[in-house]
Amino acid sequence: MTIAYVPLDSVAVAMEANAVAAQLAEAGATVIRNGSRGLAWLEPLIEVQDEKDRVAYGPVTPETVAELISDGVLHHQLIRHPLYIGSIENHDFLRSQHRLVFDRVGYDSPVDFPDPTDTLNALAMSPDALIDMIETSGLRGRGGAGFPAHIKWRTVRGTEAPAKYLVCNADEGDSGTFADRLLLEGDPFRLIEGMVIAGYATGAKLGIVYLRSEYPVAKTIFLQALEIARARNLIGRNVLGSDFDFDLELFVGAGAYICGEETSLLESLEGRRGQIRVKPPVPAISGLLSMPTLVHNVISFASVPAIVRLGGDAYRDLGVAPSSGTMSFQLAGNVKRGGLIEVPFGITLREMVEGYGQGTLSGRPFKTLQIGGPLGAYLSHQELDTPLTYEAMTDIGAGIGHGGLVIFDDTVDLAEQARYAFEFCELESCGKCTPCRIGSVRGKETMEQIIGGRATDREFNMIDDLCEVMDRTSLCQMGGMTPIPVRSAMERFQQDFRHRTKP
Amino acid sequence: MIEDDARTHILPHQHKLGGVIHALHDLMRVYGYIHEEHLPIVADVFNNSVAEVRGLVSFYEDFKTHIPAHTTIRVCQAEACQAVGSRQLTKELETFYRTELGHRGKDVELEAVYCLGLCASGPAIQFNDRLIAKASIEKLRVPG
Ligand SMILES: Cc1cc2nc3c(=O)[nH]c(=O)nc-3n(C[C@H](O)[C@H](O)[C@H](O)COP(=O)(O)O)c2cc1C
Ligand code: SF4
Ligand code: FES
Repeated sequence: MTIAYVPLDSVAVAMEANAVAAQLAEAGATVIRNGSRGLAWLEPLIEVQDEKDRVAYGPVTPETVAELISDGVLHHQLIRHPLYIGSIENHDFLRSQHRLVFDRVGYDSPVDFPDPTDTLNALAMSPDALIDMIETSGLRGRGGAGFPAHIKWRTVRGTEAPAKYLVCNADEGDSGTFADRLLLEGDPFRLIEGMVIAGYATGAKLGIVYLRSEYPVAKTIFLQALEIARARNLIGRNVLGSDFDFDLELFVGAGAYICGEETSLLESLEGRRGQIRVKPPVPAISGLLSMPTLVHNVISFASVPAIVRLGGDAYRDLGVAPSSGTMSFQLAGNVKRGGLIEVPFGITLREMVEGYGQGTLSGRPFKTLQIGGPLGAYLSHQELDTPLTYEAMTDIGAGIGHGGLVIFDDTVDLAEQARYAFEFCELESCGKCTPCRIGSVRGKETMEQIIGGRATDREFNMIDDLCEVMDRTSLCQMGGMTPIPVRSAMERFQQDFRHRTKP
Repeated sequence: MIEDDARTHILPHQHKLGGVIHALHDLMRVYGYIHEEHLPIVADVFNNSVAEVRGLVSFYEDFKTHIPAHTTIRVCQAEACQAVGSRQLTKELETFYRTELGHRGKDVELEAVYCLGLCASGPAIQFNDRLIAKASIEKLRVPG
């Protein structure tokens, strides 16, 4: 009997994987819907398993899969077929990665209950020993700011309160990022295990996953996983036979980028408009329903089982401390080979763009990449040898954020990108403070004048002033970081702005 | 009756955390949009003012207050899709469907969306419930 693996992840499905799966089933294969390996340009990537080998082909389409079937793909390997890849694990894009969070993704059905050894081992430790281990590991938040995890864990644990909560931020609004989605669609149990361990360590008994509504596939898979986790006692009363009780719920957002900011997210969870709360108090002291709340990104929680498995020291030794462990980078935009790249911190931008990515998809010269989402910096080819660590990025005025790298070829107009940065801020501003609400509109209008060739030095000074005010006086990083894409574009790509000045 | 009918979709969420958002999602799913008459019922169940509920509906992109078109096409406008031609694709769709982004044509509404998580395989669009990666006007001409 031949098994055919066909990913169920959103990219594969958006490239007609469901039709492909139906064809393979019709031809007699036992079809298993697995998660995506994260080699996006090869989706749908199918794998055919016979008695000994598991062989990949891709990217397939309903037409080419019909051809593969009639050539006998379910009976023998089609080594000479142009879509033949061989063992996907030997693919250079995967072989060179160091997957700890994504180690299980793509092998099997995402809702196969995994071996819960890491969680069992964690539950056998004391909560304080676990938090010490997180401190040793050097884990920093993967949601954007890179804040040391152990400080938040210890604060939640140490704050006396009638209830404590975990909130998983799966709002993943940054363009160019999809790691949270890939994990939720490919191995939701990794997140559940991480949250169970974090709940045990901090004393929280309820966790809520706040998922953006743009991810319907992730929602379906995660809900299935929750049911299975409950049936197998990974969540519920007496988790895995211990005396720890923990439950998890899913909450689906309603289309607001700002709800990715943690205090706005908490407002939304409590059923209000997602407007920013003034900090302090930080959520670790007073968060959901004014209780101590540990808010982490999906990948932060999902990194915890690996830390338990390896130990804090071994985890920290990956990467370049204080940028420790692995980071799940995402290569997107105008790139030949886009996808998920989980590697230790310290790899250079060039290795990403030219090594993994193999340059632009269009074949035209590389011009810029934006790192860290819509509030991230535009960098030039001169900065490609910078290593991806929090520290090295800070030095060049950039940030890793959630690990998204968006590649652009030489047809991009950075003045237009700067205009868009203001426009995005205008669209997504929660409206609470003036620099962001009004500054974004003025910034967009001024950029339109510059783009239209109607600008003098006055307009450029205006942009400078607006950026200064937004940077210094915005209540949160939405307004506070919008100047980053704007200024980085203006500094590095002056020719895209200045040639438009009136003589 | 719309009143009783809507209430049956709202009530199950009354005691949930953030239940009002769950309830609005359900109204969207069942009716396709939030009717003016829904607002006082939601307000009543959740002990809010109608103005507060209206504020919620206007804050969140997912909650619409107009009858949906037969077909809604959401076109990603975010950076990774811009890098592979989403601006051009948007123009082509506007011409093809004789409408503008953010507007309703005869049968088709073109809506802006900011990232569908398909950023390595853009431009991305969503045709009603169907996700389409590496989208092009040709892919839409032959509905698959
Ligand atoms: C405008 C804005 C949007 C954000 N969006 C997200 C998001 O989508 N996902 C996320 O994990 N963090 C996001 N953050 C960061 C969160 O506020 C918060 O720092 C994070 O969830 C903490 O988790 P971590 O410690 O795991 O990084 C955003 C921040 C800002 C200012
Ligand atoms: S900076 Fe913008 S998003 Fe942040 S609080 Fe102010 S208005 Fe709201
Ligand atoms: S930017 Fe278009 S799908 Fe992410």
